[in-house]
Amino acid sequence: MIITTSKPFEEVLKALEGEDKVFIVGCGLCATTCETGGEEQVAEMKAKLEAEGKTVTGTVVYEEVCHELNTKRKFRENKEAVEAADGFLVMCCGAGTQSVREATEKPVHPACNTVFLGNIQRHGHFVEKCSLCGECVLEDFGAICPVTRCHKGILNGPCGGTDEGKCETSKEKDCGWTLIYNQLEKMGKLDRFRRIYGPKNWQANMKPGRVIFEKKGEGGE
Amino acid sequence: MTVLIKEHAKPSIQEILESGKFLVTGEIGPPKGTDIDEMIEHIELLKDKVHAMNITDNQSSVMRYPSLGTAILIKELGGEPNLQVTCRDRNRLAIEADLLFAYTRGIRSVLCLTGDSIPAGDHKEAKAVFDLESVQLLQLICNMEEGRDSGGNELKGGVKFFKGAIVTPEAVPIEPQMLKFEKKIEAGAQWFQTQAVYDMDNFKRFMEKARKISDKVYICCGLVLLTSPGQIKYMNANVPGVFVPENLAREMEDAPKEERLNYGIRIMARQIRQLIDEKLCDGVHIMAIGKESVVPQILEEAGVDITKM
Ligand code: SF4
Ligand code: SF4
Repeated sequence: MIITTSKPFEEVLKALEGEDKVFIVGCGLCATTCETGGEEQVAEMKAKLEAEGKTVTGTVVYEEVCHELNTKRKFRENKEAVEAADGFLVMCCGAGTQSVREATEKPVHPACNTVFLGNIQRHGHFVEKCSLCGECVLEDFGAICPVTRCHKGILNGPCGGTDEGKCETSKEKDCGWTLIYNQLEKMGKLDRFRRIYGPKNWQANMKPGRVIFEKKGEGGE
Repeated sequence: MTVLIKEHAKPSIQEILESGKFLVTGEIGPPKGTDIDEMIEHIELLKDKVHAMNITDNQSSVMRYPSLGTAILIKELGGEPNLQVTCRDRNRLAIEADLLFAYTRGIRSVLCLTGDSIPAGDHKEAKAVFDLESVQLLQLICNMEEGRDSGGNELKGGVKFFKGAIVTPEAVPIEPQMLKFEKKIEAGAQWFQTQAVYDMDNFKRFMEKARKISDKVYICCGLVLLTSPGQIKYMNANVPGVFVPENLAREMEDAPKEERLNYGIRIMARQIRQLIDEKLCDGVHIMAIGKESVVPQILEEAGVDITKM
């Protein structure tokens, strides 16, 4: 799940300066769960913009705004409202917003901040457990990620700041290394803690990332 | 090979420790800005009273005059520096380049640290680097000593440092700390300075554990000068891994206001004496945090004169 938070309305309004007719895009997946771009928030945004004197030419909420072909198809389905708009307000993650970028030549504005790839602990509680490093090391650490859950991404054990299971950065956050230690101990695998891990390959996913399926049947047979 | 600084005014930390002497180190916290007069005063004051001086590297993530520049300054003034290197602000390229430079300028001892977190400091929006961490930094130096950088490329002239690291005897829980201590030794650490220790009984227990892990590495006890009951309250509440025991806290509370610093000096002198008399460890690292000018007084009170050791 991609976790987003809403930008302040004033920031959104400022971005839309000079664009009177706006088309709003929301996302039926992550942004709906995060309550930043579901049906309800899109309707709310529409009302607020209208109260500010804007015309909302149309709204659409569908699954996977990040799917570029999907987005283009949705735009074709809403041709009239899309064509009438001066600009687009996208209420989902940065990937979805750039998907909209591919579907129009007109101005595109983000309504959200995209914060992390998150786990849902319960309604409204999201935490970051994976930071997409491109070379997963969970196997060695009892399936608890040191790259993400340790603030400093240390691979070789806790820093001196760890305090009774909490991270030096915040009493609200668990020290990832205490979690890893406890997990490995429980599993009888402390030998993994003893192992020295060399520098991580931070270029395992060279930005911007790109994955392309190899075509089946290519290269003979 | 030509090394720019060949003449060393002082014996190195390694030489002191290997000769069996009790190592006494102090600490220089560089200023925020280019007015280095006071720092020079502190260096002048300490250079013959302690064997070597640590130089903090943007301590607590607060931007300051650089540790490497200060280390060279100490050298120029005839002192012996212990260069602190953290991994928070520099990636492996920058750290390696700094180490090459340090070596050619006669820096012989490097203390390898991961570094505090960025939000702790005064550049709260800066990007944290942490390309490496302390254990990997130790390994990196070992590789450079063998003539290779961390990309595996051959160096035209390597480095040689006495590799130090830190350990936190008052961490809770202590087991993961001890395992990491062991890893640091395996990664190449030859000596340790501890984070601040207040509770001597706890330190004794730590030393027993540490000696069981290795009787080869040198361990120097880190002591922070107590200056007021407020400082103690603050540290107990906010500084992870620090616990000032009741009796010391009470001693400071009972002190008349104008006598507090003197009480702090006396407490530290007593602790240094205990470290030496009971042969608890291989040295002491004095962190006076802004009160460097009283370090000679602490040593005098403890009856420690490095010229006579
Ligand atoms: S190691 Fe951590 S950040 Fe990297 S892929 Fe695995 S879970 Fe994600
Ligand atoms: S306290 Fe724990 S999680 Fe936080 S930086 Fe240190 S080792 Fe990492």
